[in-house]
Amino acid sequence: MTAYPTSPQFRENARAALADGQLQKALGNVRTNFIAKRAAVADRLPEFEALRDQARDLRDHVLAHLDVYLEAYERKVIESGGHVHWARTAEEASRIIVDLAKSRGARSVAKGKSMVSEEIGLNAALERAGIKAVETDLGEYIIQLRGEAPSHIIAPAVHLNQEDVEAEFRRVHTWLPKDRDLSEPESLLAEARAELRAKFLAADIGVTGANFLVAETGTSIIVTNEGNGDLSQILPRVHVVVASIEKIVPTLEDAAGLLRVLARSATGQEMSVYTTLSTGPRRADDLDGPQEYHVVLVDNGRSNMLGSEFEEMLRCIRCGACMNHCPVYHAVGGHAYGWVYPGPMGAVLTPSLIGVDKAGHLPNASTFCGRCESVCPVRIPLPKLMRHWREREFERHLSPAVSRAGLGLWAFFARRPALYRFVTGLTIRALAWAARGKGRFKSLPLASGWTAQRDLPAPQGQTFQAQWKAQQAKQRKRS
Amino acid sequence: MSAREDILSNVRRSLGVSGIDAPRRASVEARLAAHARGIAPQRGQGDAAARLKMFVEQAQAVATSIAHAADVNEAPAQIAEFLRAHNLPAHLRMGDDARLRNLAWGAASLEISYGPSAGDDLNSVSFAEAGVAETGTLALVSGAHNPTTLNFLPDNHIVILRASDIEADYEAVWARLRERYGAGIMPRTVNLVTGPSRSADIEQKLLLGAHGPRRLHVVIVGD
Repeated sequence: MTAYPTSPQFRENARAALADGQLQKALGNVRTNFIAKRAAVADRLPEFEALRDQARDLRDHVLAHLDVYLEAYERKVIESGGHVHWARTAEEASRIIVDLAKSRGARSVAKGKSMVSEEIGLNAALERAGIKAVETDLGEYIIQLRGEAPSHIIAPAVHLNQEDVEAEFRRVHTWLPKDRDLSEPESLLAEARAELRAKFLAADIGVTGANFLVAETGTSIIVTNEGNGDLSQILPRVHVVVASIEKIVPTLEDAAGLLRVLARSATGQEMSVYTTLSTGPRRADDLDGPQEYHVVLVDNGRSNMLGSEFEEMLRCIRCGACMNHCPVYHAVGGHAYGWVYPGPMGAVLTPSLIGVDKAGHLPNASTFCGRCESVCPVRIPLPKLMRHWREREFERHLSPAVSRAGLGLWAFFARRPALYRFVTGLTIRALAWAARGKGRFKSLPLASGWTAQRDLPAPQGQTFQAQWKAQQAKQRKRS
Repeated sequence: MSAREDILSNVRRSLGVSGIDAPRRASVEARLAAHARGIAPQRGQGDAAARLKMFVEQAQAVATSIAHAADVNEAPAQIAEFLRAHNLPAHLRMGDDARLRNLAWGAASLEISYGPSAGDDLNSVSFAEAGVAETGTLALVSGAHNPTTLNFLPDNHIVILRASDIEADYEAVWARLRERYGAGIMPRTVNLVTGPSRSADIEQKLLLGAHGPRRLHVVIVGD
């Protein structure tokens, strides 16, 4: 695991990411695949936009009644023979799971993919207690071997290329023949499948996350394509579900509504391969399944977000569509964000969970193009929430001196419209003259930070205000 | 205060509500009891023939293979044919579902063993609780009849589905579960399965057979 969080060094991280040729090659897959697949599957479903509205309204209803739903959910879990644990903080959540594992004499834990388990630092906590945690999602397995954090919430190894995976398997799986053929992705998958099969069968405890917790029945729902989350929960003796408190949905019908937007937004599938509803431990006549079922409900800052200007962020169902469509994510990848949640949802959530003093750069890493909001299945106004963080950062004097000075300078001119028009007009004419014939700048004094990665388009020669005036005059003449 | 009380009281403080607000509680109880249906895609609705057609179309689109049998007694021969076509051994693992147990497997030269899987079975067969037309999804429920390990550990998962059990949407499956287990009560595991296991974690290339079955074969019985 990398040293967490590195969000304060976002600028340095981003610079390194832009210079990383391997990473840039891998990120090309995000730009093309995810966007086209989501668009195609959304087009195929006439009800898709109405389902998004319904999903938004449902999530708002749950958040407004979260305390009552949590109590109802807990009651049903207990009725079905399960146990519910409450954790105020990340440390408390990890401690509950470590204590559970220790008291059951567990030596190894098989893990289904879970972002909240990353958030609470579960693997490191288990490791410290001498318990081996094995990530079983193929992407998670690869990055765990590499000692990395996920770079995407649903495609954790999206920053890697096939050669990286082959190199890692050769480095770690030393007991396999050296001359084996790993030139195809199929052979890499087959090797991981065989290695992990043994680990599933040996695990004492299985830990999974939850996409939804159903209050009506005390059911936890996970959604996967590989089936690893299922093997993690039906083979070990104990199944532990770790989930944050806002994952609650009222009924199975509500879960169905959210499932219809989740996979389509995430991977562009009509439905993920495995949607699994788990309720309590195995029943008297069951021949397989866990003997114990535990749920750890994690708050870790979320109850403070309720009723605040960031409450809408808690609608999130973790599909990853916002990062799949984000030009900033496309450019720098997920690791640059420096903590568990990257992309636009991370830019809003991370400051809420670890503090705007540490993560203040993230909401600034946005072009405000609005694509994230336009694809969000629960219609979270992500750009608006990022703007809230910018305001807070400014109020708390956390923004750097240069931007504060720049803003002050701009405010000076903005309060003097005649002077503003004169100065901008002059600057624009000067820039247009300097770029004559080329139309863009490859480098500019004082702006090398910008021009190192892209060219600055040169102004056409007139200010917006001047062009607007001319346009209005033309229209008046016509009418 | 316990963590539970701390969290609940912090939620209430943030929402500006009290824990004893009776109308709020009543509205939640009413919503849970009503479990009203939301929007379901039109594409899954329609009569039995339309649902069957949509199920097959959707299932095949996600690499589920489909065979049809006019009668459940034809299923063993259909399954033997599938195993031969893929060069697989004539052995099946299954639970003790009477609908499976009573079929004439021997007549199709198939060797049968019973019980959950410990990971060394190549082929398994399950009887589906239902199918869902809208996405070509199978609903499988845990129990001694159809143990859950059979859905995941074998390389080839074969499922018998009655055409009359193909429902329009997930909500219809929930209704069946409530009918069978009682309101608010669920079996340990309900698996909604849409195609064979897959992963796209290496360069976004779609590969079948990640941890679960490489092949999912559905024999639809009746029409």
